[in-house]
Amino acid sequence: MTVSTPPATTVRLNRLERIWKESPGVLGWLTTVDHKRIGILYFFTSLFFFGAGGVEALAIRTQLIGPNQSTLSPATFNEMMSTHGTTMIFFFVVPMSLGAFGNYLIPLMIGARDMAFPRLNALSFWIYLCAGSFLYVGVFTGNAPSAGWFDYVPLASKTYSPGPGIDFYALSLLFVGISTTLGAINAIVTIFKLRAPGMSLNRMPLFCFAFLAVSFALIFALPALSTALVLLELERLLGFHFFIPASGGDPILWQNLFWIFGHPEVYIIILPAFGIATSIIPTFVRRKMVAFPLVALAEILVAFLGFGVWAHHMFAVGLASATAIYFAAASLVIVIPSGIQLFAWITTIVTGTPRFKTPFLWIIGFIVLFIMGGLSGVTFAAIPFDQQTTDTYYVVAHFHYVIFGAAVFPLLGGMYYWFPKVTGRMYYERWGKVSFWLTFIGTNVTFFPMHILGLDGMPRRNYTYGPEMGWTGLNLIETLGAYLLALGLLSVFVNLAVSLFRGEKAGNDPWEGDTLEWSTTSPPPAYNYAVIPKVSSPYAMWDKEDREEDARNLELGRKTLEQGHETPASTAVDADWDEVLEMPSHSAWPPLVALAMTGVFAMVLLQQWLAAAVFVGILALTVAGFHLKEPEEA
Amino acid sequence: MLAVAGVVFLGAVAMLVVGWVRRDRPGLPFFGENEKLNTGLVVLFGMAIPIVILVALFVVSDLVLLNETDAPAASSTAMTITVIGHQWFWQVRYEGEDAETANEVHIPVRTPINLVVRSADVIHSFWVPELNRKIDTIPGQANSIELYAERAGVYRGQCSEFCGLQHAHMAFRVYAEPRPRFEAWLANIRKPAREPTTPLARQGQRAFMRDGCAACHTIAGTEAEGTIGPNLTHLATRQTLAADTIPNTPEDLFRWIQNPQSIKPGVKMPGLGLGPERFHAIVAYLMGLK
Repeated sequence: MTVSTPPATTVRLNRLERIWKESPGVLGWLTTVDHKRIGILYFFTSLFFFGAGGVEALAIRTQLIGPNQSTLSPATFNEMMSTHGTTMIFFFVVPMSLGAFGNYLIPLMIGARDMAFPRLNALSFWIYLCAGSFLYVGVFTGNAPSAGWFDYVPLASKTYSPGPGIDFYALSLLFVGISTTLGAINAIVTIFKLRAPGMSLNRMPLFCFAFLAVSFALIFALPALSTALVLLELERLLGFHFFIPASGGDPILWQNLFWIFGHPEVYIIILPAFGIATSIIPTFVRRKMVAFPLVALAEILVAFLGFGVWAHHMFAVGLASATAIYFAAASLVIVIPSGIQLFAWITTIVTGTPRFKTPFLWIIGFIVLFIMGGLSGVTFAAIPFDQQTTDTYYVVAHFHYVIFGAAVFPLLGGMYYWFPKVTGRMYYERWGKVSFWLTFIGTNVTFFPMHILGLDGMPRRNYTYGPEMGWTGLNLIETLGAYLLALGLLSVFVNLAVSLFRGEKAGNDPWEGDTLEWSTTSPPPAYNYAVIPKVSSPYAMWDKEDREEDARNLELGRKTLEQGHETPASTAVDADWDEVLEMPSHSAWPPLVALAMTGVFAMVLLQQWLAAAVFVGILALTVAGFHLKEPEEA
Repeated sequence: MLAVAGVVFLGAVAMLVVGWVRRDRPGLPFFGENEKLNTGLVVLFGMAIPIVILVALFVVSDLVLLNETDAPAASSTAMTITVIGHQWFWQVRYEGEDAETANEVHIPVRTPINLVVRSADVIHSFWVPELNRKIDTIPGQANSIELYAERAGVYRGQCSEFCGLQHAHMAFRVYAEPRPRFEAWLANIRKPAREPTTPLARQGQRAFMRDGCAACHTIAGTEAEGTIGPNLTHLATRQTLAADTIPNTPEDLFRWIQNPQSIKPGVKMPGLGLGPERFHAIVAYLMGLK
C-alpha cells in the first residue's frame, strides 16, 4: 500500500484483517482453514514425498550402474521400485499439483476469498498427510510393497506376497483416495460457484479450466481404483475370491479396473501442468494465448477421452484383435487435443515477444520434453510395436518424459513463477537458470538412453543384468545422469530456501502477470482481496481500468464485504452475483477426523476388527464434531 | 515411424527457435500479426496434419502388420508347443510328443509353430524380441502366438512381465534348427532318462532320489516325479542352468546345487547341505542325463 492510503481504507483493511485472523503459531497451522496455508502445508508435505521418491530412484539407479551389482538385494530393489512409483504418482505429483498449486491459486485466480468448503479442504490435507505416513510406516518397518506400482495379481495376492507390504499399499491408496476425492469436489464447487461476479466461464483463466477438467476426471476415475483395492483387500484379509482363477476369479479384472483408473490418472497428472504452462506463457511472451477457446476445449477433451483408452496398457494379455484395434484407434484420437494445446503454446511463443526468465525456461523445457514423450507415446498405439516395447525400458523412458518432463517441469517453473507471490521475495535469477540447465540436461541424459535400451530388449524392473547383454555403457550414463538431475533439483530448492530469507522484495506484480493473483499483495492477506475484483476478460490483470475501479471501490467501501467472514457466490455459467456466503473459520476437527480415520485403517491392516469398529465409532463422533456450528465471531 | 517422429520433433523445436530469434518482434515471420492466421496454424499443425499421420500409422500398424504377426489360425501350423511360466523358469512341452524340457525351445527353421502360453503361478510374459511380439502368460488362460524363425540360430528370450524376486533371471533360448537336426533332438528328448554308467553316478542317482531333489524335479523313467522345479530328464543337453542364469558346466552345476540362493537369491530351490561328496556324485549323475 502506498503512503497516501486514505484513512477509510486503512480502517477497512484492519477490520478485514481482524475478521479473517486465525490462531497464531503452530496451533494456527493445525487448525487453519485458509486455502493458502493449506496449500503451503500440501507443498511441504508433497516435497517431502518427492525427496523420498527421489532417494528411491537414486538407489535404483545406483544398483543398475553396472552389471551384476549387489548394492540392493533383489527384494530391496523390488520394494524400492514399487515404492518409488507409488510415492511419485500418488503422494507427490497429484498432491503437489492439486493440493499445493490448485489450493493456493484457484481462489486467487477467480477472485474468491477461500475455497468453497474450507474445512473440507483442511480435512483433505490431513487425510493426505496421514495416508502418506501410513505407507511410509510400512516402508520404515520393512513392509514396503514389492509388486510394482500397478500391483498385478496374482503376484500381489496373499499366496505370492504373504507379508503386509501389499496391505500397506492398498490401504494407503484407498485412504489417500478419500483425500483426493474431497479435494476434487471442493475444486469443482469453488470453480463453479465462487468466481468473482463477472467472470463468466469464457472469462475464466485456462489454468482453472485445466483444474476443473482434472477434478472431474478424478471423481470418475478414482472409484475404479477404490473398487479394485477393496476387492484386493477383501481377498487378502478375509479370503474372498475375485482375482484367483483357481477359485473362479480373473486376474485380468484387476488390470481392467486398475487401468480404467490408471490411464485417466496420466491426464490427471499432466493437465495441471498444462494449466500452469498456459498461465506462465502469456505473462512472459506478453500476449494472450492463441486460440483460447480451442485450448479450453482441448483441456476438457483430453480429460474426457482419457477414459476410453485404458486397454492400451494391456495389449500383451491376449485381447481379442477387434478390442485391441478399437483401443489403438482411441489412443490415436487423444493425440489431437494434445496437438492443439502444443501448437497453441508454440504459436503464442512465436508470435509474442518472449522474455527468457527462469519460469519461462522451465516451460520451454516442458514443451520439448512433452513433444518427446508425446511422440514416443503415439508409437504405443501401433499394436505390434507396443507388444515389442511394452514392459521394456522404452516404456520407462516414455513415461518419465511425460511424468517428469511434462508434468514436473511446469511444477518447478510454477514454483519460481509464484514464489514472489507466495513469499513476497524474489529468487536468484542466475541460479535459477543454472538449475534449469542442470536439470534439463540431467533429465535427458538419464531418460533418453532408456529408449535405446528398451529397443535393445532390456525389460523394466530387472534388478540386474549380465555383462554379456551389452547394456553396461548406457546404464552407466543413465545413472550419472540421475546424479546430475538430483544435483539440479537440489539447487532449485536451495535457491528457493535461501531466497525465502534473503531475496529482494518482490512487490505485488514483478512479472506484469496476466491473472488476478498479481493484483493483491505478496504474500496475499488472509482474505485475498479487500474488494471483490471486477472481471471482464480471462486476462483480468491486463484490464487496467478494472483494477483502477477496484481501488476506487475500496476507498468507497463498495464490494468489500467487511461485515463478516464472507465471500460472494455467483451463478455457475454467467457468474452473475448470486448470494453472500458466510465462511467457516478455523477448526481443530479436520486433523482429529483424519487421525480417527488413520486408526480405522491401521486396525484393518492389523486385522483387529473390534478395535477397527471402535475407531469407526470415534470417527463418527469426530465427523459430528466437524459439523457443529462454530461460535459466532465477535 | 522414427523418421516421422524425428521430423515432427525437429519441426516443433525449430518453431521454438524462431520464437527465440524473433523474441523482440511480435507476430509471425512474413505474415506479421494476424490472429486468424495464428488460429489457423494451431488447427493445421495441431489437428489437420496429425489426423493424416495418425490414420496412416493406424492402417499400416494396426490393420496390416497386426494381421501378419497375429496368432496363427487353427491347423495352419505344423506343431503346437506349450510354454508354462513358473517363478522363475519356463516349462516347455511338445504337444502330442510326450516330450518335455525347460528353459529352451527347439524349433524347426522356416516352420510356423503354434505357441501356447500358460502360467503355473503369477503373470509372466514370453518374449523373444527377434522373433515376435510378447505374449503374457495368464493363470487360468491359454494365449497363443505364432513362433517362426526364418533363419537358423539361437535367439534369446526373457520374461517381460514383473513376476517377483527373480524376474531378472528368467530367460530362455530358442534354437531354430534345420529339420533333421530338430527331429534328432526331439527323438532324444522323447526318450526316458539314461541310466547312470559309473559307480559315482549311480551313487549320485541314489542321493538324488533319497535326499530331496526328487520331491521337486522329474526325471522321466525314474521315481523322480516332482513338478515344482524344471524337468531334468535331459539336463546334460542344455546349455544353461537356472533359466539362463549360468552356463551348464560340471563346475557351475556343482556351485548351483550346493548353494542356489547365492546365485539366484529367492529361488525356490533350497541348498540341501548334503556335503561336497554327495554333491559331486549328483553332478556326475546329472551330467550323464544326455
